[in-house]
Amino acid sequence: MADTMTAPATMAIQVTVNGSNRGGNVEPRTLLVHYLRDHLNLTGTHVGCDTSQCGACVVHLDGESVKSCTVLAVQANGSEITTIEGLAKDGDYHPVQQGFWEMHGLQCGYCTPGMIMASVSLLQRNPNPTEDEIRHGLEGNLCRCTGYQNIVKAVQYAAGQIGRDAGAADAPLPHDAHRPIHHDGTTPHDPASVDDWEDELAGESDES
Amino acid sequence: MFPNRFEYRRPGSLAEAVQILAENPDAKLLAGGHSLLPAMKLRLAAPSTLVDLSQIEGLRGIAANGALTIGALATYNQVHDSAAVRQAAPMLADTCGIVGDPQVRVRGTLGGSLAHADPAADLTAVVLALGGEVTVVGSGGERTIAADDLFVDLLTTSLAPEEIITEIRIPDLAGAKMAYEKHEHPASGYAVVGVAAVLAMGDGGTIRSARLAVTGATAKATRLSSAEAVLAGKTVRTETIAAAAAAAADGLEINGDLYASADYRRHLVGVLTRRALERATG
Repeated sequence: MADTMTAPATMAIQVTVNGSNRGGNVEPRTLLVHYLRDHLNLTGTHVGCDTSQCGACVVHLDGESVKSCTVLAVQANGSEITTIEGLAKDGDYHPVQQGFWEMHGLQCGYCTPGMIMASVSLLQRNPNPTEDEIRHGLEGNLCRCTGYQNIVKAVQYAAGQIGRDAGAADAPLPHDAHRPIHHDGTTPHDPASVDDWEDELAGESDES
Repeated sequence: MFPNRFEYRRPGSLAEAVQILAENPDAKLLAGGHSLLPAMKLRLAAPSTLVDLSQIEGLRGIAANGALTIGALATYNQVHDSAAVRQAAPMLADTCGIVGDPQVRVRGTLGGSLAHADPAADLTAVVLALGGEVTVVGSGGERTIAADDLFVDLLTTSLAPEEIITEIRIPDLAGAKMAYEKHEHPASGYAVVGVAAVLAMGDGGTIRSARLAVTGATAKATRLSSAEAVLAGKTVRTETIAAAAAAAADGLEINGDLYASADYRRHLVGVLTRRALERATG
């Protein structure tokens, strides 16, 4: 019993979170995600699987995306951390946040903070990813609602937006990201009206 | 979930780290932490002391001078992105780009993977096939361990408890053909079976010698000596590759689990040996 009655030893840490200096005392076993949520009240970062698989807890540690359920707060001592709360600048959404909004890249929203933080890193490593590269680049993040289709579109939208912001003349227009994505590269199904769509479903499409 | 309580140490030098290990027999080294911390959260591991290596200088460099020297704390991403590694041992660079997921590759380290010796890790088989060796430092000084002698059993290496891997060396393999092929578990990305092949080429398209290693199928990364024997001295032909693939699983003690039976893994050893050889020589 004596052991459990003893206050656990804590260590002082100093971190920069979303541009602010923060510090505190933590037990060595405190996970970074719990430090952010429970000590700093930054609850935008979620705990999903808690086994390093799902990516709901992804934050940026010194500029790279990490699963904060698999990093100790003491390991982050002296580091710079960005969470989903720190991504928007001066009230303007980050292009990836904009992409998730425009392309409806979420349903329940639980995976979204981690998905967005991972997508930001993906586009930093590869500013103009193919659909395949986006899907592989988000392998560390699970979504149980969307089937990933609109998440991929959201990242494509963001890539176009960032490319245009950087002045790339050939960056795709965001409208292109609205087009359905077919794995086999076939012409997107694009009925002009509900009647056409019903005809199509009934096998009476007049498209040849 | 959070780990059992432990003492956290962050030494500034290798000597200090070795001393902490010598004084705390059940201490564990913390590199990227992506194998150790999940095990600690599940209470499968409960070391009294964690020794964080991140503040020790000189463990991250990558240098090429014919042979390749990689600091033990170089992350998968750093190895993957290194032009020197890509030139000297493209299979090593490629494999570091497919380990786990992008977040694992930011944190996970080459030295950590070898020291952990997960039976389904990718890098154990790759470094074994490349004929790599590790430099380790302990209370008795420095020594070199060939990858052939490093992996002893499931999650077990020949490292002494107070020894630390400081660097990984890959010999000069100029002109060698190499490839790693794996069938990955769809959820975890670990190798259900993976085969790494390195062929040293002689004159006229003959294979001077071959080093092949398997992961995922056996308790530890293991050389495919039967396939190597088939390949040595032969020219690269479809029939040679088929014969090597047919012999690949000979003599292996193959494990099965709920996901893949031993028979299925035995089959995969042959298939992946063929694919690795085809891609290496294609």
